[in-house]
Amino acid sequence: MSEHVISIRVYFGIFFVLMALTAVTVGAAMIDLGRLNIVVAMTIAVIKATLVLLYFMHLRYSPRLTWLVVGVAFAWLGILIGLTMVDPLTRMWLRSFVPLAG
Amino acid sequence: MEAYSDQRERALETTPAAGPHHADHQHQFDSAAQQYDASTLGMWVFLVTEIMFFGGVFTMYVAYRAAYPGAFGHASNHLNLTLGAINTAVLIASSLTMALAVHSSQMGKRSALVTYLLLTMLLGSVFLGIKGVEYAHKFEEGLVPGPGFTYSGPDANQAQLFFSLYFAMTGLHALHMVIGLVLMAVLVLQARKGRYTKLYHTPIEISGLYWHFVDIVWIFLFPLLYLIARHE
Repeated sequence: MSEHVISIRVYFGIFFVLMALTAVTVGAAMIDLGRLNIVVAMTIAVIKATLVLLYFMHLRYSPRLTWLVVGVAFAWLGILIGLTMVDPLTRMWLRSFVPLAG
Repeated sequence: MEAYSDQRERALETTPAAGPHHADHQHQFDSAAQQYDASTLGMWVFLVTEIMFFGGVFTMYVAYRAAYPGAFGHASNHLNLTLGAINTAVLIASSLTMALAVHSSQMGKRSALVTYLLLTMLLGSVFLGIKGVEYAHKFEEGLVPGPGFTYSGPDANQAQLFFSLYFAMTGLHALHMVIGLVLMAVLVLQARKGRYTKLYHTPIEISGLYWHFVDIVWIFLFPLLYLIARHE
């Protein structure tokens, strides 16, 4: 697959969306949403990261092999964080509760 | 028996795929396009190892924030939100100028390429400068983990853990930015010599991938470190 040239207009568009999302994430953090605060913050971060990956890093126009490599990377990251947290997050299910620390 | 290198020379001369080609197209690739795809894929594989490298620190953060949500919230509010937000904007702007540098190299515009690389270096330096100011404040306020740690809020030990993670994560990130600045300094020198053309600019593209990756790490660090409990 040969190189795809993304127009300057698209780059500036992505830039303004990223800036707007930064303002939104700061604004959202000021409001008490309870447990949803972290969900909103991470959702916005994932959207921003996806835009950088797809356009600034040209993933959208990259060979499918590159998609596979990137997808597998995030799957492994999910395993790393997910399987690690399975332990501390389920300890309180036991009658003899042993906290992670302290 | 003729030397291996001679055999190889002759094989290349007689192989149709090795016919006339651009000087930067190396012989082991069928085409310059294949060589470009191989180079970028190699960079992506390196970035996968970087994702796992940062992933370990992020996992530690997730585990301890889950264990001490309150202490992390209080400690997080000691960070300077204004400087953190400005730095986020500066880094996103530097990603834009890097993307424009890659675009210029694709168009074969040498002076625009050099200008955008220098702009990216400038914005990266501004980021590191602001980060340095933040670090200096933390030293003055006694918020650096260690014997000098003086924290007035509740759960000082757990807060110290937060600041350890803050310095480890932002420090590793800053180290990556310094490496990125060195890479770009080399690119500027080479670009000025006319090393990169419309046909060959792979080093610009893969350095861009690296720089945007560093940007993505910050996109997650900013809300995780600065925006935990701003509504309190």
